[in-house]
Amino acid sequence: MGSYIARRILQSLLILLGISFLTFVLLYLIPADPARQIAGRSATVQTVENIREQLGLNLPFYQQYFRYLTGLVQGDLGRSYLQKTEVGELIVSRLPATLLLMLGAIVSELIIGLSMGLLAALKRNTAVDNGLMVLSFVGVSSPQFVIGILLLYVFAVQLGWFPIGGYGTFMHMVLPSLTLGFLGAGWYSRMMRSSMIDVLRQDFIRTARAKGLKRWQVLFGHAMPNAMLPIIAMIGIDIGLFMSGIVVVESVFGWPGIGQLAWQAIQRVDIPIIMGVTLVSAFAIVLGNFVADLIAPLIDPRIKLR
Amino acid sequence: MSAASTTAKTVLSVRELKTAVATPNGQKIVVDGLSFDLHEGETICIAGESGSGKSMTALSIMGLLPEPMARVAGGSIHLGERELTGLRESEMRSVRGDDIAMIFQEPMTSLNPVLTIGRQLREAVLAHESVSRREADRRALDAMKAVRLSEPERRMTQYPHELSGGMRQRVMIAMALACHPKVLIADEPTTALDVTIQAQILQLMRDLQKETGTAIILITHDMGVVAEMADRVIVMQHGKIVEDNDVLPLFENPRDPYTAELLAAVPKLGAMAGKDPANVHAGDMLSAKVLEVDDLTVRFDLKGGVLNRVVSRVHAVEGVSFELARGETLGLVGESGCGKSTIGKALMNLVPWEGSIRVSGEHVVKAKTAAADRAYRRNLQMVFQDPYASLDPRMTVGDLVGEPLIIHGLAKGQELQDRVAGLFHRVGLTPDQMRRHPHEFSGGQRQRICIARALALSPKVIIADESVSALDVSVQAQVLDLLKELQEEMGLAYLFISHDMAVVEQVSHRVAVMYIGQIVEMGTRRQIFENPQHPYTRKLMKAVPIPDPALRRGVFEVPSGEIPSPIMPLGHDVERVQFLDLGDRHLVAQS
Repeated sequence: MGSYIARRILQSLLILLGISFLTFVLLYLIPADPARQIAGRSATVQTVENIREQLGLNLPFYQQYFRYLTGLVQGDLGRSYLQKTEVGELIVSRLPATLLLMLGAIVSELIIGLSMGLLAALKRNTAVDNGLMVLSFVGVSSPQFVIGILLLYVFAVQLGWFPIGGYGTFMHMVLPSLTLGFLGAGWYSRMMRSSMIDVLRQDFIRTARAKGLKRWQVLFGHAMPNAMLPIIAMIGIDIGLFMSGIVVVESVFGWPGIGQLAWQAIQRVDIPIIMGVTLVSAFAIVLGNFVADLIAPLIDPRIKLR
Repeated sequence: MSAASTTAKTVLSVRELKTAVATPNGQKIVVDGLSFDLHEGETICIAGESGSGKSMTALSIMGLLPEPMARVAGGSIHLGERELTGLRESEMRSVRGDDIAMIFQEPMTSLNPVLTIGRQLREAVLAHESVSRREADRRALDAMKAVRLSEPERRMTQYPHELSGGMRQRVMIAMALACHPKVLIADEPTTALDVTIQAQILQLMRDLQKETGTAIILITHDMGVVAEMADRVIVMQHGKIVEDNDVLPLFENPRDPYTAELLAAVPKLGAMAGKDPANVHAGDMLSAKVLEVDDLTVRFDLKGGVLNRVVSRVHAVEGVSFELARGETLGLVGESGCGKSTIGKALMNLVPWEGSIRVSGEHVVKAKTAAADRAYRRNLQMVFQDPYASLDPRMTVGDLVGEPLIIHGLAKGQELQDRVAGLFHRVGLTPDQMRRHPHEFSGGQRQRICIARALALSPKVIIADESVSALDVSVQAQVLDLLKELQEEMGLAYLFISHDMAVVEQVSHRVAVMYIGQIVEMGTRRQIFENPQHPYTRKLMKAVPIPDPALRRGVFEVPSGEIPSPIMPLGHDVERVQFLDLGDRHLVAQS
C-alpha cells in the first residue's frame, strides 16, 4: 500500500511535468505577442522591447521554461502580465467558488443520473426505459451553453425562481450546478443502467433471492454495491470533464471561479494565468483519479493496490 | 420403492408441473407434466442432458424462474399442505431459504464478491428469523462449523475471492442450511469442482442429510454422481420424465431406451482394464516422434513495490518432459491449476516458455519471426473447451474452417471451397451447412467445426484442451469416436488435456499425471490405471465417482485439504521431482 502510493505520487509528478512542458510549448508558439499586448497599441518599439526584456521573453525557449520551472518548484506560478498580481493569489482567491460549483455538479449528476439509470434498468425495455434513455441522450449531446441559457431563461427569467447570475447563496448555486452536471447525469444514467442490468443477471443475485431476501434488500444490499464499481472510476475522470465545463458555465452565470479567470486570460493572452489555471486543472484531474483509485479497494475487496 | 419412502412423510409433492418459456417463435414447454414425491431424508436425483428441463424444474419449485420470459403454466407444487404455485412474491419469499433452499453450480460466481462471508451468512438467518445480530452471527458460525469449514471465525470477515472453489461451495451449503430447510435443491453442485473436492462435497451432503434429515433434490448430468448419491432417480428428456425408479434397478435394468443409451455413453473408470490400446500407426516410419518436449518451464512474474519490480513468480510448469509419437494419444490429467492447460499454451507459443520443444525433429525457436511462427503452427493445432466461445459468431462456419488455409496462403477460390467441403465431410457435417453461422449449430456440431478448423492445415499434432468436457455424454462419445477415427486414418497425435479420468482412460495410449506444475507419474494406460504408484494418482482415482450404485462407497476416502500454491517469492525455487523407472518406462516421482 505504502509503496503503491509512493509510486503513484512519482507518476503524478511526471505527468504534471509533462503537462507543464506541453502547455509551455503551445503558449510559446501562439502567434500573439504578450509584450505588445501589455504595452498597448500606441507604445513605441523601444517600450515593447523593454517589457520583453523585463519579462524574460527575449530569452531562448529552454531558458524561459527553466525559469518557469524553477519558480514552480518554489511554489511560484509567476505574475499576471496585466493584473499585476501573483497568479497563485488569483487562483487561490477564486478556487473555493469553483470547488463549490464542482461539488454541486457532482451531487446533482449523481442523484439525477443514478436514479434515472436505476429506474431504467428495473423497467428495462418499457416506455419508461425508452423515455429516460432519450432524455439522457439529450443530456449527453447538448452543449453546455445551450443548457445553461435555457435553464436561465425558463427558471430565472420567466419563472423567477432563481437569481439570474452571481454568487453567494444556495439559490445561486442551483442552476450552474445543474448545467455543469447535466452532461454527467446523461453519462451516469447510461452507465448505471447497463451496469445494473449486468449485475442483476449475475449468479449471486439469484443466490440472494434464493435466501429469501426482500426485493429492496437484494437491490440495495447486493446489486447496488456491485453496480457502483464502474461508476466510482468514472467520477475521477469526470473532474477532467468539469474542468472544460467550468469555463463555459462560469461565463454564462457570471460565477467568479477559475474558469472565468481562464477565459479572461485567454482573451488577453495573459500567459502566466493560462499556465497556472492549466496546471491547477491538471493537478485536480490527477488527484481525482488518484483518489478514485484509492477508494476503489474499499468498495471492491478484490482490488489490491500494490 | 426404497425403505425410506414408504415410512417417511412426504415433504414435497409435485403434480403435472408444466413450465413454459416465451421465445420469439412462440411459447415453448420446457417442463411437461412432471410429477414426483419427495420424502423426508430422501435424495432424488434428476438426471438428464442439457436442455432436458432439469434446472427449469428446480427454478419452478423455488419460484425463481427468469421473469417475465418463463412461468409455471400448470400443475401443482405442494410443500406439506401448502400450495406453492400462484403464491405472491412476498409469500414465496418466506418459503425460499426457510423451507426450500438451493445451491448452485458455480460457487465462484454465486457469492456476492463485495460482501463478507459473514454478512452473507448472517443475512440468510435474518431473512427469516427475528433474532439479534449477535445471535445471527452465532448461527452463521454454527453453520460454518457444520459444513466443516476450517477457521470459521476468520472466514466471517473474509471475502469470497479469498476462498477456494470447494470452500465457497461449503459456504453456499452453510447458507442454504442455516434455517434448517425441509428441502435442499442442489443444481449441479459439484460440476465446477475438481474431482477430489467433489468427493469432499458429496460426502458432506450425505453427512448433513444423516444429521438433519433434509430431503435433497440433486440435479446432475453426471451418472457417477447419481450412482453415489441417489435413493431414487428421475431421468428427464425434452422436459418429460422418461424413467422414474429406485437407483439400483435403474442402473441394473433401465426400462427406457434413452436411459440405457445415457448409461452406455458414460465413460467408466476401469472399463479399459486388461486391454492394450491399439496404435495402428505404431510401425509408421519407425513410429516417428512428432513432438518432443524437454524441460519445459513456464513461470509468470508477479510485480509490486515502488518501482513495480518482480516480487514473486507463479511456477505454472516446472521442467516437464514428454514425447508424442505418430498416431499416439498422450492423456494429460490433473486438477485445476496444475499447469496442464499452460503446457498446451506453451506448445502453441501463446505464453513465454523455457526449455526445448521439437516438432517433427525441428526445434521451435522462441525468438521468432511471424513467418517462422506460422510455419510451425501448421504442425500443431488446438481444439478448445468451449465450442460456443471459440467460434466467431459473425462469420459463417465455412469461412471459419477456411480461414487457416487463407492465412497460410494454401488455397483460394474454388480450391478453397472444395477443401473446406472435404473437411466438413471428414468431421461428419454436410457441405451445404457451410454458409450458416455458429449459433445455428448444437454444441457437438460446433466442436466438430472446431475440429475441422484444426484439421485444415493437416497438422501432425492436435492439442485437445478439455475438448469434450462441455459436451453431454452422448455427444461426447460421438466426438471421441470422431477423434479416434481421424487418428487411425491420418496418424494424428493427440495431446489430450482433461480433468476427467474416465475419458482419459478411454482415449489414451499413454498418460501423464500432473501435480503443481510437474508430472508425477507417466506411463502407458495400463501402467497408470491398473498399477498407479504415486500417492496423488491413487488419490485422484479414488475420488472419481463410479457410475454403478452397487459399488457405492459407504464413506468416500475423502482427501483432505487443498492443493498447495504454485506461487513462490523470488529466489525460492520449486524442488524438481526425480523419476524412478518401474520398468517399461513407467515413471514415478520419488517422494
